[in-house]
Amino acid sequence: MENTKLLISILFGSILVNNYVLSQFLGICPFLGVSKKLDQATGMGIAVIFVMLVATAVTWPIQKFILEKTGLEYMQTIVFILVIAALVQLTEIILKKFIPALHKSLGVYLPLITTNCAVLGVTINNINDGYTFVQSIVSSLGCGLGFLLAMVLFSGVRSRIEERKIPKYLRGLPVTLIAASFVSLAFFGFAGIVENLLK
Amino acid sequence: MKKNSNISVLFKGLLLENPVFVLVLGTCPTLATTQTVIGAFAMGIAAMVVLICSNVVISLLRKVIPDTVRIPCYIVIIAGFVTIVQMFMHAYLPELYELLGVYLALITVNCIILGRAEMFASKNSVAKSALDGVGMGLGFTLALLAMATLREVFGSGSFAGMEIPFLKDHTVDILTQAPGGLLVYGLLIFAVTAITQGRAPKKTSFGCEGCPSAGNCSACAEKEEN
Repeated sequence: MENTKLLISILFGSILVNNYVLSQFLGICPFLGVSKKLDQATGMGIAVIFVMLVATAVTWPIQKFILEKTGLEYMQTIVFILVIAALVQLTEIILKKFIPALHKSLGVYLPLITTNCAVLGVTINNINDGYTFVQSIVSSLGCGLGFLLAMVLFSGVRSRIEERKIPKYLRGLPVTLIAASFVSLAFFGFAGIVENLLK
Repeated sequence: MKKNSNISVLFKGLLLENPVFVLVLGTCPTLATTQTVIGAFAMGIAAMVVLICSNVVISLLRKVIPDTVRIPCYIVIIAGFVTIVQMFMHAYLPELYELLGVYLALITVNCIILGRAEMFASKNSVAKSALDGVGMGLGFTLALLAMATLREVFGSGSFAGMEIPFLKDHTVDILTQAPGGLLVYGLLIFAVTAITQGRAPKKTSFGCEGCPSAGNCSACAEKEEN
C-alpha cells in the first residue's frame, strides 16, 4: 500500500509539480520549436515518452550492474548519451521495419530526441534520486506525460497568438517566451498538491 | 571590419550572433542556472571551457570524421570534455558542483556546443575555431550574467550573494521562480532584437543543421516556405 502511494506520488509529482518543461527547464528547445501545431506537438510528446521509457529501462541496469560494480561511475555522462543516441537509432529502424504506420507519424521526431536534454536529464535524475527500477520507470512515464501535457497546452496558446497582431520586435520568440511564462505560472499553482492529496 | 576576419569571429558572439539572445541556442541552462549570479557565472565558464576544447578537437579532426557519423562523434568528444569539467569541479569546487547539479552533465546536450561544432568548427581552421569558442563562450556567459543580474537583483534583492539595502525589502519573488525566468528571457530577446534592429542575421541564414529541432522548428518551416 505504502509502495503504491509512493509510486502515485512520483507519477503525479513529475507530471504536475515538477513538470520538466515548465518548472525544471529541461527540453525547452523542442517545447519552443515544435509546439506550433497541435499534431506536431502530440507526435513529439509521444515520441519523447517512448524514448524516455526505453532509455530508463536500459540505463538503470547499466548504472547499477556495470558502472557501479566496476567503479566507473564517472563514465555516466558519456555512456548514457551514447546509449540514448544508439537507442533512438535502433527505435527508428525497428519501427520502420515492423510498424511502418507508427514510423510514419513519429519518424521525423525521433532523430531530434537524441539531443533533447529532458531524456538525458530524466535518466541521470532517476539515478541521483536513488529510485528503484520500478520507481525509475514510473518517474520517466510521469516526466514524459508532463512533457506531452505542456506541449499540447502550449500549442493551443500559440495558435491563438499566431492570429493576433503583435508589435514588430515582439514577434516570434519574445512573445512565445512571455506566453510560456504565463503557462508556467499556471503550473505553479500545483505546488504541494500531491503531498496533500495523499496525506 | 572584414567578414570572417579573426576579430569579427571573436566579437560576433557577443551581440550580433549572441548564442543565447540571437541564435536562441542552449535555452535550458540559460533558464535553469540564472537564479543566482554565481550559478550563472559558473555555468558560463564551464560551458565555455567545453566549447573551446571541443571546437579545437573537432576542427583538428574535421577531415578524419566521416560525414555520415559526425553527430555521434561530436557528441562523444563533447561528453568527454564535460566529464573532465565535472570531475574537476567535483574535486576542487564542490559547492558549485552541487549548485549546478544535473545541468553540469547536461552541457553535453547543450545545443550551443553541438551547434558551433556543426556550423563552425567542422568547416574552419583550428585557430578560428578556438576564437569562435572564446567569442561564443563569452557571449553565453555575458548573456547568462545579464539574465541572472536582473533576476537576482529584483528577485531576491542581492547581487552575487551580497544584499542590496533598499531592494532586499522589496523583492519580486516570482522572478527567481520558473515563470519569472521565462518572462525575463522573453523581454531580453525583445530588447536585443530592438537594439540590433534586424542587423543580426536571421537564424535561418546560417543553416539549421546544428539545431536539435532542425526540420521541425518554426524557423526552419519559414525557411522552406520562402
